[in-house]
Amino acid sequence: MKQYQVSAVEKKFIGSHLLVAILALAVGSLFGPLQAFEHAGWDLYQYLKPLIKSYYQGLTVHGVLNALVWTTFFIMGFLTFNVIFGLKRPLKNLTLNKVGFWMMVVGVVAAAIPILANQATVLFTFYPPLKANWAFYVGLTLVVVGSWVEGWGFFLTYKDWRKDNPNERMPFIAFGSLVTTLLWQICTLGVAVEILTMLLPWSLGLIEHVDPQLARTYFWFTGHPLVYFWLLPAYISWYAMLPKQAGNGKMFSDSLARLSFWLFLVLSTPIGIHHQYVDPGVPPTWKFLHSMFTFGVFFPSLMTAFTVIASLEHAGRKQGGSGVFAWIGKLKWNDPAVASQLLAGLLFFFGGIGGLANASYNVNLVLHNTAFIPGHFHLTVATAVTLSFIGISYWLVPYLTGRKLWQPKWAVIQAWIWFVGMIIFSNSMHVLGLLGAPRRVPLGLAPYVPAEWNSRLFQVGLGGAILFVSGAIYLIVMYKTATNKERVEEEVEVPIAEPMQDPANGPIWLDRWAPWIYGALALIVIMYGPILFDMIKNIALTSPGFRVW
Amino acid sequence: MSSQKLHVDSYERGWMIFSAILLVAFAVAVSVAAFGMGIQVPAPEQRVDPRTVATDPNSPWSNPGLREVAPGKYDAYILARAIPLWEYLPKELTVPAGSSVSFYVTSPDVQHGFMIQNTNANFMVIPGQVSKLTVKFDKPGTYNFICTEYCGSGHAIMYGAIIVTP
Repeated sequence: MKQYQVSAVEKKFIGSHLLVAILALAVGSLFGPLQAFEHAGWDLYQYLKPLIKSYYQGLTVHGVLNALVWTTFFIMGFLTFNVIFGLKRPLKNLTLNKVGFWMMVVGVVAAAIPILANQATVLFTFYPPLKANWAFYVGLTLVVVGSWVEGWGFFLTYKDWRKDNPNERMPFIAFGSLVTTLLWQICTLGVAVEILTMLLPWSLGLIEHVDPQLARTYFWFTGHPLVYFWLLPAYISWYAMLPKQAGNGKMFSDSLARLSFWLFLVLSTPIGIHHQYVDPGVPPTWKFLHSMFTFGVFFPSLMTAFTVIASLEHAGRKQGGSGVFAWIGKLKWNDPAVASQLLAGLLFFFGGIGGLANASYNVNLVLHNTAFIPGHFHLTVATAVTLSFIGISYWLVPYLTGRKLWQPKWAVIQAWIWFVGMIIFSNSMHVLGLLGAPRRVPLGLAPYVPAEWNSRLFQVGLGGAILFVSGAIYLIVMYKTATNKERVEEEVEVPIAEPMQDPANGPIWLDRWAPWIYGALALIVIMYGPILFDMIKNIALTSPGFRVW
Repeated sequence: MSSQKLHVDSYERGWMIFSAILLVAFAVAVSVAAFGMGIQVPAPEQRVDPRTVATDPNSPWSNPGLREVAPGKYDAYILARAIPLWEYLPKELTVPAGSSVSFYVTSPDVQHGFMIQNTNANFMVIPGQVSKLTVKFDKPGTYNFICTEYCGSGHAIMYGAIIVTP
C-alpha cells in the first residue's frame, strides 16, 4: 500500500522549519564548548572580543538559539508533518501557516540583532530588572505568536478532518501533535502577559518600573510546561515511530499513550512554582502544593517509559532477540535514527532522576542555581530532546528532500560521541553542583573556586570538546545530505508503529477534548489563581531597569 | 467510536501501581523533612522599596551588618548589589561557633542569589523583597557565600564569607 503523499510545497515548508532550526543549532552550539572550556581554564572568549564581548553574551546566544530557537522551529516543523501525514490531508490554509512561520523568522532576527550587539545580555530567562533592548522582547513575542498562528492552522485542519471522519479515532501522531500544540498555547499565556504588560512597555519607556517577583512568577508559568513542549514531540517519535524503525515493532498500548498525553496537558502547567522554591515573595504553601503536583506529572512520564520500552522489546523479539535484556542487542543500532533516539532515551532516565531531586521542595535548597541544574537540563533538553530530534532528522530530511542520507555510519558515530561527551559533561556538572558550584558563572574567573573542583572543571571542558566534535559531524552529515546528488529510489517510508490492539477499541473519553481542557484550566485557576491574584493586587512597580553588562 | 473500557496489560498495571507508590513515597519523604524535621524554604518576610532601601536611614540595609539580638543569636542584614561594583555589604561577618544567624538579604538593583557553601542556605535575592533564612554554625571555619544568579559582568566575583571562630 502506497503511503499518503505530502505535497511538494508542504514538504518544502516543513523543510524550511528544519533549516532554520539546524542553523540555530549550528551557531548556538559553537558557544556551548566555549563555556565548557572556560570552566576548564581555557578562556577563548578573550579572542572573540571584537565580536562577542563576554562569557555572558555567549551564554545568552547559546541559551536563546539552542533552547528556544532550535527546539521551537524543529518542533513546529515536525508537528506540521505529523498533522498532515497523520490526518492524511493537506493543511487547511497553508498561507496562514506560512504567515506564522515568517512571524517566527522575523522574531528570531529581531531578537538576534540586540543580542549580537550586546544590547540584550540577559540570558534566556531575561529576569527583570535586567533590561534588554526592546527589539529583544518584540522578537520573543513574534516567535511565540507565530507559533500560535501555526497551531491555529493545525486546529483548522483537524476541524475539517473531524467533520469528514466523525466516528474515527485520530491517528496517534496527529493526536499527540495537537495536544502538544494546545499545551503550548495555554502555557505561553504566562510569558505573553509578562512581556506585553511589563517588559515591552518598560523597554519602550512607556512605564518606568516593573515588579521582578511577579515577572518571575509569570515566567515560570510558561517555563516549566515549556519543558513538555520540548519533550512531547520526542515522545511522539518514541511511542509511534521508533519501535517501527528499531525492528518493525508495534506500539504496546495506544490507549495509555493517549492517556499520558492528556495527563501532560492537565498537569504540566499548574506546577511552575517548583522553579521558585527559594523565591522570597512566594508563600511556602504554594511552593509545597506545586511540589506535590510536580510528583504527579512524573506519573505520565513513567507510563511512557513502560510503553516505549515494551514496544521496543516487541521490536527486539521480532528480530529474533530473546532473554530478559538480550533483545536490546537485536534492535537496529546501525540505523542512525534508532541509535540516536535509544541513546537519548537512555540518558533521559538519569535526567528524570535529577528532575525528581530538583522537584523535591527542600532538597532543592542544596541544588537551586548550582551547576547541577545545567547538568540536569543537558540530559533532558540537550539530549533526550535534541538527540532525538537529530535522530528524527536522519530520516525526515531524506524523506523531505528525496536525497539519501550521507554516510549513515558517521551519523551513528555522531550519536555515540554525543552520548559519551554528554555523560562526561553532565556528570561533572552534577557533581560540581553538589559541591556548591553556582551555575551561569565563568568559574575560571571566580575567586572562590576551591582546588577540589578542578578535576571536575577539567571534565566539563573535556565533555564540551567531545560534544563539539559530535555537533560538527552532525552539521557535516546534514549539509552533505541536503546537497547529496544521490537520490533515494523511492520516497522514504514514514515509520509508523501500529498499535497492538485496534485503537478503535479504546474508551470514548480518550477522544473528548472538552473534559481535559476544562480540567487543565480548572487546575491552573486553583493552583495559580489565588497567588497571582494576590501578587497583582499587591503589585509593587518599584524596579527601574539596569544594564549592568 | 466504541465506548469500551480502558485496556491495561497486567504488567503495565503493576508498573503503574509501583510508579504511584514510588511517587507517593517521595512526596511523603519530602513532607516529613519539611514539617517533621523543619527543613523549610524561604517565606515572604518583608517588602521594601529597592530605590531607597540602601539609603533610607530607617532601613537596616543603610547600615548593613551583624546585630546580636540575644546571646549566640544574630541578625545579619546584607545588601547584595551590582552597582557600583558586584559585592555583598558587608563582605565578611564573624561569629563564634554555635551561633544561630538569621540572614536578611535584599537588593537595591538587579536579582542576585545567596548560597552559603556547605549549608542548606540558598535563596534568591529579588529587588523589592527581603529573603530570610536562619543558619546555625556549629563548626568553626570559613563559609563563603556566593551569588548564584546572573547579575551582570561582575557576577563571577560576587561573594563574601562568614568566619566562624572556635
